[in-house]
Amino acid sequence: MSLTAASSVHEPITGPAITVTDLVKTYGEVRAVRGVNFEVATGEVFGFLGPNGAGKSTTINMLCTLAKPTSGHATVAGHDVVAERDEVRRNIGLVFQDPTLDGYLTAAQNLKLHAELYGVQSDLVRPRMQQVMEMVGLWERRDGVVGTFSGGMRRRLEIARGLMHSPRVLFLDEPTIGLDPQTRRSIWSYIRELKEREEITIFMTTHYMDEAEWCDRIAIMDHGEIVALDTPEALKAAVGKDRVTISTDDDEQAIVALREQFGVEAQHSEGAVVFRVPSGEEFVPRLFAEFRMGIRSVAISRPTLDDVFMSYTGTTIRDAEEDTSKHRNRVMMQMMNRR
Amino acid sequence: MSTVEPSPTPAPAETPPHRHHGPVVRVRVPERSLASELRAIKIVWRREIIRYLSDRLRIVTTLVQPLLFLFVLGSGLQKLASSGTHGVDLKTFIYPGILAISVLFTAMFSAASIVWDREFGFLREMMVAPVRRSSIVIGKCLGGASVAGLQGVIVLCLAGVVHVPYNPVMILEILALQLLLAFAVTAFGVMLAVRIKQMQSFMGVMQMVVTPMFFISGALFPSSGLPAWLTVLNRIDPLTYAVDPIRRIVFSHLNISPLARAALDPGIHWWGYRVPTLVEAAVIVAIGAVMLGVAIWEFSATE
Repeated sequence: MSLTAASSVHEPITGPAITVTDLVKTYGEVRAVRGVNFEVATGEVFGFLGPNGAGKSTTINMLCTLAKPTSGHATVAGHDVVAERDEVRRNIGLVFQDPTLDGYLTAAQNLKLHAELYGVQSDLVRPRMQQVMEMVGLWERRDGVVGTFSGGMRRRLEIARGLMHSPRVLFLDEPTIGLDPQTRRSIWSYIRELKEREEITIFMTTHYMDEAEWCDRIAIMDHGEIVALDTPEALKAAVGKDRVTISTDDDEQAIVALREQFGVEAQHSEGAVVFRVPSGEEFVPRLFAEFRMGIRSVAISRPTLDDVFMSYTGTTIRDAEEDTSKHRNRVMMQMMNRR
Repeated sequence: MSTVEPSPTPAPAETPPHRHHGPVVRVRVPERSLASELRAIKIVWRREIIRYLSDRLRIVTTLVQPLLFLFVLGSGLQKLASSGTHGVDLKTFIYPGILAISVLFTAMFSAASIVWDREFGFLREMMVAPVRRSSIVIGKCLGGASVAGLQGVIVLCLAGVVHVPYNPVMILEILALQLLLAFAVTAFGVMLAVRIKQMQSFMGVMQMVVTPMFFISGALFPSSGLPAWLTVLNRIDPLTYAVDPIRRIVFSHLNISPLARAALDPGIHWWGYRVPTLVEAAVIVAIGAVMLGVAIWEFSATE
């Protein structure tokens, strides 16, 4: 970790960066978050994975002091999110799902405004600004008006801004949503670089499975509850089985036939039949030789986080999103009625 | 079929080149204090000014309506009104009202930017900063007042065109009233804006509130000898207490007949008591303070 003597102004970090105990948030009758518990260690990259509407953003909002928990407790950087709201705010950086930059101002003006809002010592504003802007490759564009920036540039600038005041915990709410794959990759490389260089804990939400692989640990959230929490490797190892995807002329019959002939429980998923077997390579030749129905195509894959998600929630993240969109609308209606 | 590609390690070519790896500049966020609140107020205020100055179109568009009333209505009705104005140009009579409503319109636009900021997310950036919500609201209201004051100065420059002398004392007195009015109106607008989340609905509500306020205030007619219902509404309308003192100040610097003065600048009476300028100013201040209080309370309660 590259730290300078200047870091001694921070109190030593003791204990976990985030602790969450029985956290609940309800909007009217809708229970958006239903009692979650977890801890995030200092220096960790912690991912919150789940479909839209699973309660990820609500949880993040409570941790960022933007929403009050209905019940339960949470501490961030050692401070209670309700009782010590200002202490928490001083120690966190935020990158929201929706852009929160001022499009009328230049990139540098946006960061300067942020530094002033947080009371950053004025002689440190410029060097810090240069550092964070160089990290996201925007230093040369510092005098450009944000309104003229592309979506990827804005997101990068938001990350730079979130880091301006050297937060101990950086919250990233879907930092790569809506970005092209290349920009997503570069944002991830910034995050990794950041982790190497600064003493920082990163808490992020995503519903991209591939991105969750980058986290040290991930929590899978579904319907307001954490259904699994471990390292990506451990989660995948726990699933343990290969996934076989076949397409047939009649998927319903195929599911029945698979159960009768091979004792395999298959499911519909995204227009195909999916099931799990310990070894896909050995099973597929048998399937072709013995299966009583025609098979149009077959694919085998090693366990991915998609499979982890499926094994815990019984659905793929995409299907889950379709299911929860109704639920989400209800949550939103409730939230609006409350205001 | 795969929903997502299996995660590739980023190709070295796409990894951004490692720039200078000097020591990490660490900064420290100080504890919240009065100074940090004042700084937050200043930041919000300054942002309001920057946005106003960079938006020339807004400067012009918010001037159009008041100037239409002043020059088109003032000139158009001159002949019809001549029997009642006792030789005073109708434009001169309307002018104090225009000084008030130009501020009203501008201040409402300033308040609208809170809805705008919400829609574009910037408000959230301020809401999570380690500052009080009240500082944001106060900064916003001061910003709105300053911007409206600037707009008021533009209209004040037109005094000569409508036969009003450029008297420094008069100008300062009017400016002070304009700032008070602008602050109160911005506070009122912010109070609305906290509740109304969409720009279109806000604009609709604003029209519904601002237009009657403007028409009833006596900006375009003397506030005496009105039908009873209109008298009641006029005395309730807060804008009345800004238009009347501005008119009194302007008229005190005009050389006109006592008859004209009595007809055009009758003053506001509460059950026969002529309300003095200071009390009228106090009414504006009181309304502004209440609006500000409600706005802060509402804003602090939003999640």
